Amino acid sequence: MSKRNPEYDFVWCPGCGDFGVRRALEWALERHVAEHEIPQSNYVIVAGIGCSGNMVHLMEGDQPFGLHGIHGRTLPLSFGVKMGRPDIETVVVAGDGDFLAIGGEHIGPAAARNVDVTCVVMDNGVYGLTKGQSSPTTEMGAMTSSTPYGKVETQMMPLKYYLTIGVSYIASHYSSKPRDLANCIQDAMNHKGFSIVHVQSPCTTYNDTYDILKGNRRKGIPGIAWEVPEDHDPSSRQSAEDLLDRPGIPLGLIYQEDRPTLQDQVDKIAESNPNRQPEQILATYAI
Amino acid sequence: MLTGIITIEANYGFSVKRTQLAPNCRRTGGENSFSNMSENHSQDFVIRFAGEGGQGLVTSADAMARAAANAGYYVSTFSTFPSQIMGGPASSQVRISNTPVLCSGDNVDVLVSLDEYAYNNHQHDLSENGVAIYNSGEFQLPGGGQYFGIDADELAKSTGNTRAANMVTIGAVANLIGFSLEEIDAFITQRFTRGRPGDDEIIESNKQAIRLGADVAANSGFSVGTLAAPIPPDYDQIMITGNAALALGAVTAGVDFYAGYPISPATTILVWMEQNLVGPGRFAHQVSSEIEAISAIVGAGYAGKKSMTATAGPGLSLMSEGIGLAWMAEIPCVVVDVQRGGPSTGLPTKSEQSDLLLCLNPGHGDMSIPILAPGSVEECFDAGALAVNWAERYQGPVILMSEFGQAEKGENIRRPELADVKVERRSIYEGSNGYARYQSWNGEGLSPMPIPGGPGAYVANGSEHDERGDTTHLPRHHIRLTERRFKKLDLLGDAHYEIENDGAIAMIMSWGSSKGPAREAYERLQESGADVGWLYSMALNPLPDEMKSALERANLVIVPELNYTGQWSAVLRQHGYRAESVTQYTGLPFKPATLVDRIGARLAELRAEKGMVLA
Repeated sequence: MSKRNPEYDFVWCPGCGDFGVRRALEWALERHVAEHEIPQSNYVIVAGIGCSGNMVHLMEGDQPFGLHGIHGRTLPLSFGVKMGRPDIETVVVAGDGDFLAIGGEHIGPAAARNVDVTCVVMDNGVYGLTKGQSSPTTEMGAMTSSTPYGKVETQMMPLKYYLTIGVSYIASHYSSKPRDLANCIQDAMNHKGFSIVHVQSPCTTYNDTYDILKGNRRKGIPGIAWEVPEDHDPSSRQSAEDLLDRPGIPLGLIYQEDRPTLQDQVDKIAESNPNRQPEQILATYAI
Repeated sequence: MLTGIITIEANYGFSVKRTQLAPNCRRTGGENSFSNMSENHSQDFVIRFAGEGGQGLVTSADAMARAAANAGYYVSTFSTFPSQIMGGPASSQVRISNTPVLCSGDNVDVLVSLDEYAYNNHQHDLSENGVAIYNSGEFQLPGGGQYFGIDADELAKSTGNTRAANMVTIGAVANLIGFSLEEIDAFITQRFTRGRPGDDEIIESNKQAIRLGADVAANSGFSVGTLAAPIPPDYDQIMITGNAALALGAVTAGVDFYAGYPISPATTILVWMEQNLVGPGRFAHQVSSEIEAISAIVGAGYAGKKSMTATAGPGLSLMSEGIGLAWMAEIPCVVVDVQRGGPSTGLPTKSEQSDLLLCLNPGHGDMSIPILAPGSVEECFDAGALAVNWAERYQGPVILMSEFGQAEKGENIRRPELADVKVERRSIYEGSNGYARYQSWNGEGLSPMPIPGGPGAYVANGSEHDERGDTTHLPRHHIRLTERRFKKLDLLGDAHYEIENDGAIAMIMSWGSSKGPAREAYERLQESGADVGWLYSMALNPLPDEMKSALERANLVIVPELNYTGQWSAVLRQHGYRAESVTQYTGLPFKPATLVDRIGARLAELRAEKGMVLA
């Protein structure tokens, strides 16, 4: 149930990481609105399918526009929004299954275009809404409902994949640190180009990784998440690669590259090529 | 296979008996009485250039077409080629007439064969009086046939311009059909006056080539007749292909966002858009798949753009889910399906009308997508504009169906008056925030659509939703919104339609590009006194009310269509109309003569049945 729409009956499970991501996203939007003095109505949230996709119905406060599309197609949908309306701030919210499995084919093209869209990927390493099947980021060997004898595919390393495929802004974060995450999302939105904030957002029902990420001294579990060191140079691809070779989950900005966006390229073409109106086009067919 | 189709005929194509007549001949006898042919044969010639892809076949047909169009004739070109970059058997033809051309015609009056394979492959298409010109530099034919050889390359060389071989053949063709060489001269001068040094020499050598070819033809002793003087139209014309006309119509109606993926025979629309949709507020882009294309145009349509994509069968299959999203979330966009042979990769460079059932129901769940299927190059322009207007008006996806046979068909058509084109814009929400986007609707003035950047922020949702766009599972919302989505189709009833001779024993109702040959067949049947009527609707879904009434009244609707299953007649029967198909699935368009025979035979049966009932 959302405050805005009491009849809306979708709920996240208690403790779901997506609550923290929602809080961070709300803050990031609020601050971005204030920073750039853009009305909230100039923002579009494009949502995928799955638990994370419901984000767009659960946001509180001033409402941005929402597009709750079909499974896996957040990137081409947001491409249409952004290239159709360059004045609109476009943010994608998607889960690991939506973004990396069914939607994986769109990451490369979006990166090559450097389309100015920010993606917040909520990675819980499982298909939650369909009740616990393995996802690309599920560990190899893991028992899930669709891998009853253990997952036989290797675990995908999304951050390395983003870096390899040419994403121009890559950050990694964690849902339990909403304030830091909000800063990170806001920073990604300010990046000119295609940005991904990959967030560890645990599923308390099917893949509860809180202890693994944070560590639990009482249970004797060391946390695997670590802050990106302050001396890391995100403009260096080599530094980013080295960083990602370290075990565990980094928290912070991994890589950032300034290069022309697709809109920059399109504007450049428009400068030197005719903007032909239908009458002028028609004239070329005259006999 | 669907039942109820009684006219399916396998392997109908080149091997059937030819019944079309040669110029200046009248058919006598035949199996039925509908055999009196038009006497205007010298007003109409079909010339085919056959050889391998990359030999300039299309260039030759195009040159012939443009020269004739400039002279005031009506022309229509048609090409067929294999799906490969160079080589492979290909042909390109032009029909030249002094009355408007409805289709690519029946048999060939002059066949130009650049190689032996082409000759063997096409010679049976020659009309009785038809003459073949063969490339004697390449192969020889034994004496005594209705053909003569010409070594175009050698003759071109003698003009000093080795690239003028096409003109040598065109000169020979012109002589055979009595087409004025001066008209071709005029075309040559126009084509090669490019402000470059050497233009004059090129023009001169080409004119010389024309005459060398004409001399060979004159000495051959053959002639297929004399083309009657043109009756130039009293209106301005343009020379354009179906795909270009369709794109121009859409852009005239305001399309300003295009995403597409290369696929025959829709690629030329992508190329056209990339060339022309440049500048502020306009965008065209080649994306990575048809899934990206449909998603992109849905995103752009949602954001307030008039968006469009074009594809063919395989791409349309991939777009299924995205079209469903546009239907569900009520987002305007236009999807063009330039059909080819299917299923799967099928016949990428052949013509078929076999995507109709897919277009009507392109995805899972309850939906009914509006469909426009233009029946001529001229109608492609109108349909391009109307599809955009429909999408805007009913706030949803519209499918525009064309075909290979129409896509690259070049015709001189009436120059459209762009200022007269109606340009519709969706109703846009301008109130204060807190708007219920998907509210109940009484059928008048569809609830306005909020656009990002403006008031009324909502969630456009592919899941079933309440009036704000939030996901819901409650039956009352699903009932109300399902009905809302279908009710919106009532807004679309204004497409072009034709009803003639209502009350005849049978009505011919073709669709898409089969309209041309069907219309020609209808006119020939009419001339021969057959009791037959004519129905045509550019909109296949929803049908105009007047068309529904006419279908209701019809004793029998005969549907010529290029598919195996008889898709349109199946749809008509589903609606409760009496309909059957005349099918062809050769990958080629209908010939009017084929339809005269097949429909004529069916009419004879119907008449006999009626006679028996009366007796």
